[in-house]
Amino acid sequence: MNVYVPIIIVGVLVVITLLLILADKLIGSSGEKVLTVNKDTKIPVTDDDTLLNTLSKEKIFIPSACGGKATCGLCKVKVVEGGGEVKPTEEPFLNDRERQEGVRLSCQVKVRDNIEIDIPKELLFAKEYKTEVVEMKELTYDINLVRLKLIEPDTMEFKPGQYAQLKVPGIEVIRAYSIASNPKETDHIEFIIRMVPKGKATTYVHKALEVGDNVIVTGPYGDFYLQEDSNKDMICIAGGSGKAPIRSILHYLRDRGMPRKVKYFFGARSKKDLYYTEEFEELAKEFPNFEYIPALSDPQPEDDWDGEVGLITDVVDRLTGDLSDSEAYLCGSPGMIDACNVVLEKHNLPEQQCFYDKFS
Amino acid sequence: MGHLIEIFISSILNNNIALTFILGMCPLIAISTTVKNAKGMGLAVIFVVTITAIINYPIYSLLKATGTTQLNLLVFIITIAATVQFLEMFLEKFIPKMYNAFGIFLPLITVNCVVLAVSLFFVNREYTFAETVSFSFGSAVGWFVAIVLLAGIREKMAKKSDVPKGLAGKGIAFIILGILSLAFIGFTGLASIQ
Repeated sequence: MNVYVPIIIVGVLVVITLLLILADKLIGSSGEKVLTVNKDTKIPVTDDDTLLNTLSKEKIFIPSACGGKATCGLCKVKVVEGGGEVKPTEEPFLNDRERQEGVRLSCQVKVRDNIEIDIPKELLFAKEYKTEVVEMKELTYDINLVRLKLIEPDTMEFKPGQYAQLKVPGIEVIRAYSIASNPKETDHIEFIIRMVPKGKATTYVHKALEVGDNVIVTGPYGDFYLQEDSNKDMICIAGGSGKAPIRSILHYLRDRGMPRKVKYFFGARSKKDLYYTEEFEELAKEFPNFEYIPALSDPQPEDDWDGEVGLITDVVDRLTGDLSDSEAYLCGSPGMIDACNVVLEKHNLPEQQCFYDKFS
Repeated sequence: MGHLIEIFISSILNNNIALTFILGMCPLIAISTTVKNAKGMGLAVIFVVTITAIINYPIYSLLKATGTTQLNLLVFIITIAATVQFLEMFLEKFIPKMYNAFGIFLPLITVNCVVLAVSLFFVNREYTFAETVSFSFGSAVGWFVAIVLLAGIREKMAKKSDVPKGLAGKGIAFIILGILSLAFIGFTGLASIQ
């Protein structure tokens, strides 16, 4: 073998690397730029990194599942000024309305000039948490409760109803789950997670996750939360694992002596899909203000069910009066929420008093 | 000198790298929707092809001197990748508009066959340094001419012609390219590439 072969390969690589580093030093960085977040926070930026990375360095965590490869489409932010034109890599993820509003994928926008962005306020409070699983409980045959102890940082302030994101280690899949625990308990959070057939994250939670495992959680996120200043009557409707955010809301209200009248409808197929029934029935006994109405759409003969029967929408329709002075909180599948909205509208619920969290 | 001019003319017309060797089709089809972008892409290719050929020639001499010519493909590709990287930095900094217009096709110049083909052709044809410069520059200009011609026709057709739905866009572009290619065969025998 010719001794020059390795020398030439290594030599060419080294020389070219050095030249590129030199070129990068000379023309790569273009001085200091200012990144303005929500008009008030100004962040000086010196390198040419992407918006996503720049923000995460500033401890602002934009949701992202693919780590900046423009494949998940989660890291959308609204760019008010700067940032250049939409790149071909972003096209598939943006619809016409988003394009008009200046929404971009933050992993594809480089901070090359002064840039101004608008991000939802709660993202500013979102942090990345290292947590440890302290409890796994089977609530039904396909729904598990996961209790996490926050380790670093060790407390999370969230509003009842908000969600957090769970990162599945190894495959970098990120999924959002509503927080089911009492917001007063800031050092622990709980998720209620339903097994989705072939779902990557739910399979991980149900089959692989064990007590003592460490998981990374970011949050809190979401604009679905209890309107704390309001004292209107409440109607809550949930289906499946949609009990999670409502449970957090009810914990919060219970701690304050249930100051508002609450009607809670929970829709399930048969008795084996029901969970936390005792917890809510006890709550109903304790506070006359609170009413828990589970409804089964398909009760089995062995269920011995004497409660409400029918689709949740029909049950709500039957058991509610005028809602013009109430607030509604809905959690469940998009189909259920759309159907419920129709019913609630029929009962004169004003649109701005209807809050919902679509699980998809 | 006359010989160099002959190589230059020949590589633009009767040995046009896009229309007679059918190389570099991917960006040729993709970036030829407007004349403006086609010019930009063509200029970038001219820059990369000429620079890489000029850099690759002495490197190839080194390979010949050390008896390691089997490495030529590997070394050429590394030089090309580095040149494109440099071009990317340059455009990103000084002409960001053009950088965004190129999008994914700028890094793709690395795998534009024209660039590698020019470097391999000068090896095959055993050119001198001057001939290599003339040939590489000519070939790149030839590719520039091809993409701008194609873009001009496509731009006009988009406005004036009633292209059947199934053929619109890339379909008709291929047919135009075929006709252009036929037209360039008319230059056969005009000048010698050797």
